[in-house]
Amino acid sequence: MATAHRDWLGLKAELPRKRRMQLTLLSFLLPLGLWCVVSYVPWIWHPLVRITSPGEVDYFTEDLDVPRSAFASECAKARAAGQTLPEGVRVNPVYLPPPHAVARAFVTAFQTPPRLPNEPWLHQSLGHSIRTIVWGFVASSLLGLPLGILCGTYRFAARLQEPFIEFFRYLPAPAFGALCVAVLGIDDAPKVAIIFVGTFFQQVLVISNTVRKVDPALIEASQTLGARGWKLVRRVIIPASVSEIYTDMRILLGWAWTYLIVAEVVGTMSGITYFINQQARYRNFDNVYAAIAMIGIIGFSSDLFLAWLGGVLFPWKRKSRGTSGIARHSLSTSASPSLEATIQTP
Amino acid sequence: MSDRNSDPEAYLRQPAGVAERFERIRQRPVILSVRNLSKDFGSDGHRRPVFEGLTLDIHRREFICAIGPSGCGKSTLARIVAGLDEASGGEVLLDGALVNGPGPDRGMVFQGYTLFPWLTVKANVMFGLEMGGQAPAIAEQEARQWLDMVGLGKFENAYPHELSGGMKQRVAIARALANGPRILIMDEPFGALDAQTRAQMQGYLLQIWRKVDVTILFITHDLDEAAYLSDRILVMGANPGRVVEVIENPVPRPRSAEQFQSPEFLALKRRLEEHIHPPMEIEEVDLLPMVKLTHADDEVE
Repeated sequence: MATAHRDWLGLKAELPRKRRMQLTLLSFLLPLGLWCVVSYVPWIWHPLVRITSPGEVDYFTEDLDVPRSAFASECAKARAAGQTLPEGVRVNPVYLPPPHAVARAFVTAFQTPPRLPNEPWLHQSLGHSIRTIVWGFVASSLLGLPLGILCGTYRFAARLQEPFIEFFRYLPAPAFGALCVAVLGIDDAPKVAIIFVGTFFQQVLVISNTVRKVDPALIEASQTLGARGWKLVRRVIIPASVSEIYTDMRILLGWAWTYLIVAEVVGTMSGITYFINQQARYRNFDNVYAAIAMIGIIGFSSDLFLAWLGGVLFPWKRKSRGTSGIARHSLSTSASPSLEATIQTP
Repeated sequence: MSDRNSDPEAYLRQPAGVAERFERIRQRPVILSVRNLSKDFGSDGHRRPVFEGLTLDIHRREFICAIGPSGCGKSTLARIVAGLDEASGGEVLLDGALVNGPGPDRGMVFQGYTLFPWLTVKANVMFGLEMGGQAPAIAEQEARQWLDMVGLGKFENAYPHELSGGMKQRVAIARALANGPRILIMDEPFGALDAQTRAQMQGYLLQIWRKVDVTILFITHDLDEAAYLSDRILVMGANPGRVVEVIENPVPRPRSAEQFQSPEFLALKRRLEEHIHPPMEIEEVDLLPMVKLTHADDEVE
């Protein structure tokens, strides 16, 4: 048994591709399975009883949900009084719909017209939300990227800017809600502003920190090759950090999504938040879950896409594992045509 | 053999050709001039000198190796000549002009390769040319020539991470030389390579040096490397760093591995070893306060 100690937990090395895929799938299936168990196994949780036949209990009506203890005590009373016993089935609270209901809601939510004529469809709400995020993130990046690179490159800029930004990033973006509405009105502008405030200050600090991590040896090497000033920034510092900046931007975009829900309750409620609120008010919790899951799916899939795009944009980041084919090839051909090696190993 | 071993001055006896060659070298113009250079680290309160009073002239197409124990400041010397560090006193002159900051007239090859990972091999070599305002088409043509010269023409479109250590360092040398520097500063360039690749790279470097009009200041801590490559060897001492001796290498050129056993080579190496590893007094090795943890009769020595 030479291979008895297979590293199947992945302590020392990355797992094989097939195993990784299985685990990715499992990471989604496990919580889904838990949800199914809680929803479909009647004796697990199910704290309420839905009345199917009220019997002779005064306040019971059909489809009323009562706590199991209340149902049991009413049954006991009815039995003592010799009345018809009420009947019911154990159910979960209305705020925990089963998976199939949420799955159905994924489809029907898009097909169901809104209850009120001036309410948006789900896809309109989602579109509105995505628009808000994109504008907020683009506005933040237009300022934050150059400022971050500037602060990361020149300590002068960092000392001048970062203390204030460091202070400002502790001010919670939602705290500016009322101010944004007062200045920018009640439509989309204050929402974009909240996402901007929530993203921008983090962005400058995160990006300047990334730029500062550029290997100083690369900067020195470029200086001995004649790079200086703006050329040094454009040809060395930016390309040396661009793939890490790209990763930062992916993470920051995730943060922008978390500010979205806060931003959308500012002024007139809008977008996916409005949809979720309305559906919760109508007690359509399957739609609520579907909408929340929708945010997750959009965020997760856009991140997967951006990760893939990063691999395309930055080919030098696709590190070769171990000795690459080219390098191994070189060992046999390293005696070059123009150079006849005159030295053997001493 | 035995009286050569006992003669401490053997390394000073140069074969006829070698002495003539040094005479010719001394006739050539001085490329780099280091005048009373000193460097110290730390703030005003705690000044720690790295080296002081360093003076040296390097002539055109001379191959100088700087060698010394760690802490003697040989790398700092390279960085000051390159303009990456500032001297605390004295001056560095390149072709008679004061050196002030890094510039393309002084190429540098670092131990850590420092190729730009986002550029292909060819684009790495083109970098300096483009910084100097060369048109891309011409820069590309020149880069190809340099890559052919170091034997890596086939890898022009590879990325640095696809290359082995020795290949990376050859690209770094091509990149530095493409700029046409007056002097090439090499700071332990082969220190990270295995012995076999290192020997190969030394052979390559000598061939390149023969073909290109470039003066080389080569920092190393490897005595064999210094003896094999150099015209003159700058031997530095530590605490504080200073020049102990500037040795004219008596080994005739062209060099080859067979010379490693020649009397000149052995005499030179013995001299270097005296400087770098002075004979240690036996009492200096402290006895460790170890209790014997094996069986009484179980001796390894």
